[in-house]
Amino acid sequence: MSKQARVLRPEAHYITEEPYYEPVDGEITVFETAWRHGLPVLLKGPTGCGKTRFMEHMAWRLERPLITVSCHDDLTASDLVGRFLVRSGETVWVDGPLAAAVRSGAICYLDEVVEARKDTTVVIHPLADDRRELPMEKLGELLQAPSEFCLAMSYNPGYQSVLKELKQSTRQRFVALEFDYPSAELEARIIERESGVDRGLADRLVKFAHMTRNLKGQGLDEGASTRLLVHAAKLIAGGVEPVVACRAAVSQALTDEPDMLVAVNELSSSLF
Amino acid sequence: MAARTPLAYEAILAELDHCLEVEFTFLHSESLAASIAGLPADAQHFLLDWTRRAAATSTNLAFEFAQRALTILGKIELEVIASWCLHAMDNYDRSGLHAAMLVIRDLDGFLVQGHQRATGSLFESSVSVLNHFVQGLDGRQLKVERDETAWTNGEVLYLPGIMAHFDNPEDNFQLYKAHVAQLWAQTRCGTLNIELAPRFAALPDPAHAQALFHRLEVLRLNAFIAHELPGLYRTMHHLSKTLGDAPLPAEWHEAEQALGTPGVGVEATLDWMVRLYDAPLPAPLCYQGKLRPEATWAARQERLARDRDWLRQMLRVLADEILGEPESPRETLPAFELKEREEASGEELLPFEITLQDAPVPVPEAVRGRLTSVILDLGEIPPEYLVPAGDSEYDPDLFKKKENDGQDVWSGTYHEEGAFFYNEWDHARQAYKKDWCVLREIEVEPADTNFHHATLEKYTGYVRSLRRTFEILRGQDRLLKRQRHGDDIDIDALVEAWGDIHQGLEMSDRVFTRQHREERNIAVMFMVDMSGSTRGWINEAEREALILLAESLETLGDRYAVYGFSGWTRKRCDAYRIKDFDELWNDTVIGRVCNIRPKDYTRMGAPIRHLVRKLGEVEARAKLLVTLSDGKPDDYDLEYRGKYGIEDTRQALFEARSEGVHTYCITIDREGPDYLPRMYGAANYTVLDDIAQLPLKVSDIYRRITS
Repeated sequence: MSKQARVLRPEAHYITEEPYYEPVDGEITVFETAWRHGLPVLLKGPTGCGKTRFMEHMAWRLERPLITVSCHDDLTASDLVGRFLVRSGETVWVDGPLAAAVRSGAICYLDEVVEARKDTTVVIHPLADDRRELPMEKLGELLQAPSEFCLAMSYNPGYQSVLKELKQSTRQRFVALEFDYPSAELEARIIERESGVDRGLADRLVKFAHMTRNLKGQGLDEGASTRLLVHAAKLIAGGVEPVVACRAAVSQALTDEPDMLVAVNELSSSLF
Repeated sequence: MAARTPLAYEAILAELDHCLEVEFTFLHSESLAASIAGLPADAQHFLLDWTRRAAATSTNLAFEFAQRALTILGKIELEVIASWCLHAMDNYDRSGLHAAMLVIRDLDGFLVQGHQRATGSLFESSVSVLNHFVQGLDGRQLKVERDETAWTNGEVLYLPGIMAHFDNPEDNFQLYKAHVAQLWAQTRCGTLNIELAPRFAALPDPAHAQALFHRLEVLRLNAFIAHELPGLYRTMHHLSKTLGDAPLPAEWHEAEQALGTPGVGVEATLDWMVRLYDAPLPAPLCYQGKLRPEATWAARQERLARDRDWLRQMLRVLADEILGEPESPRETLPAFELKEREEASGEELLPFEITLQDAPVPVPEAVRGRLTSVILDLGEIPPEYLVPAGDSEYDPDLFKKKENDGQDVWSGTYHEEGAFFYNEWDHARQAYKKDWCVLREIEVEPADTNFHHATLEKYTGYVRSLRRTFEILRGQDRLLKRQRHGDDIDIDALVEAWGDIHQGLEMSDRVFTRQHREERNIAVMFMVDMSGSTRGWINEAEREALILLAESLETLGDRYAVYGFSGWTRKRCDAYRIKDFDELWNDTVIGRVCNIRPKDYTRMGAPIRHLVRKLGEVEARAKLLVTLSDGKPDDYDLEYRGKYGIEDTRQALFEARSEGVHTYCITIDREGPDYLPRMYGAANYTVLDDIAQLPLKVSDIYRRITS
């Protein structure tokens, strides 16, 4: 490992090595076709089921830079589009990530878009329909997107908060791809491949994940995601006891409720 | 603390005579007093104190307790004696004097139990974890309940109230878990899918046959557990070894091998039962539990019939959705079919997809659960389970969960089912009576809303001023400084930013001010006295007050709920739902307010505990419980009147405060200042002299306590 972090400009950051991704149900074809026709894409699915990894894979496949914006409730329109900064007495315009993506024909991926304020999501509307343009009000300009540009965003319908729903006017502009946890067979393969543990252990981890998913709605908001399983598997591959690894990487990540924690830990210790 | 002085014989006798009511009970207190007089001061006080507390429950119990306690003082720790006494009183509450006396007479039994309770794992404290645990395992959705022994009927896993085979709670909990796994495996591996009783009866000694079968079946189930839950199997093995379970006789080894082969069914166990009938029978394992073939078989038959009807009804709904509602009633619908899924792995319980007219159908979670249940019972899904119900068979009641109607309480159809149980504080005993009050929630029937219109008309001018006052309260604006965006420039921030720029630093973009409306995040519960004493114009004033209050609260936007309360003895405490937090102030709710009618007595503890629990389910920064009342706590039974009721209410309010709920009382009882400070605290109540003031004052008071 080198000690210095590499400095990259997002719009010039091409993914050169193929990110590992197991296609499930034709989602790669759908995405490619949508991209070719300039249609924006919405990825729906629970946390940790591979949405972000899919985006990286597509960026590699289409040879476009990937600019990811993690949305939060303080994200304003000018955070996305850009703003004037004062430099040595003069003002300079600085592009926000969305504008930078449009300019360079990159893929702009808005992660967890419901977290952003409602007025912010409206900024993307003209980009997301057949106009494909980004109005930059402060500059008085319109940015016309090149055909390579792609807008994608992710959304987890599992959070059943009335405040965190995507407006119809937004969601109806997108081609939607639904993601879910992969089948047991596939999930085990992913864990095996990502962490290097053997197949038997990967199978056990998947079984454990299914146990926690049985508890969804019975005290857990979400079952263990594939990502958590990979975390646990990596700990195990690094020499941590399986029960300890599951406790640290899975149970504690799932819940704070004491009885539920004990129950989840008991389930994992029953398996290993 | 100053050392206590020993009491003289006379003082002790007087105290005993008083609390044991010797005048009426003719208990012989003299020799008891003489013995107590010989004790050191601390022991004297301890014994008299607990005798007094026990006497509040029963004088006979107290007398018996004092006599027995005398013989063990000094030999057993005081805390143990105290908990022994409390345990006896709990038994008295539950099952009467006889049961309580048994506890007092069987001190040794209590001590053994006490040891078990200290080292054992209790059902009550384990059930929540075990329930989650079972739900995590696959198969049918099972419930965990308490019974004398561990057994299952295929839907409910019954476990004993305490596990105390080991001298530490952890291992005892693991033993619970081992029982759960064993019973779960029975439901999972088809143990219960054969009518066992006739098979046992066919052999000379059916009891021996059953024991033999069960021990053999454990071998088969253990092989399954070892494969599915290897970690737990290791634990089970360890538990069994530690408790010294006997090893298998040599004759059994072949059976163990055969039954351990994957895929072997319950018939194989039955074959081995016949083969090993004359071989020695090893003792049952520590986590084996019991078999109850008759009860289990009956439950299975009932479940199958229920599942079939439910599935067919549900498939009918699905079919109607897919094929469209029929124009004319149709008797036959195409049956659903099962198709093996290609990607399904061998271990899946439900490796099918369901098709209707060759097109796959999305299966709702509930249907999936029932199908799993049928697969577990039958090993397959027979085609008749997949025929949608015809019109004549359609029974929408099947989908409705049967709910108990609070009004039916006296009709004898059910007793305490579906009710809430609450503890009550007994001040004389200085302890809770457990699950003492039975409370039901009853919805008030809405009446017409004439009273509402009349009230608004009567107070027209006042309503207008109320709205204005509360409008101001709502509009408490605050000027936020250093904002990213806003309607004015924050000069301070700008000056600073300008300086930064000239220093060559990045300028902050927080240079605006903004008016911000502070959100009131308050949830308030109004608890309205509906006792018989409010009959007449108090009731009217209460209703008027509620209507005006609701008008104010609607302006303010605070979340609020209104419940009435009344009752008749501890067995019948009622909370009348008038408006819940998520209900709107609409005609139904208004109609309910108009229909608030005086009922019976004022047993306050249980309703307070219930409403605090309701408040606990609401997310709010501040929670408030406001009681509108006309007098002291009171009930039909004389015991609750006076100090007992006041102390119980005080304790309930104390619990409320420790739950983070603020409590406040508005009363029209002029004697309020005598007892309210003890219950609510010095500043948390208002007494209104004049009933006519109630409607006018309530909103005012509310405004004062929430701003």
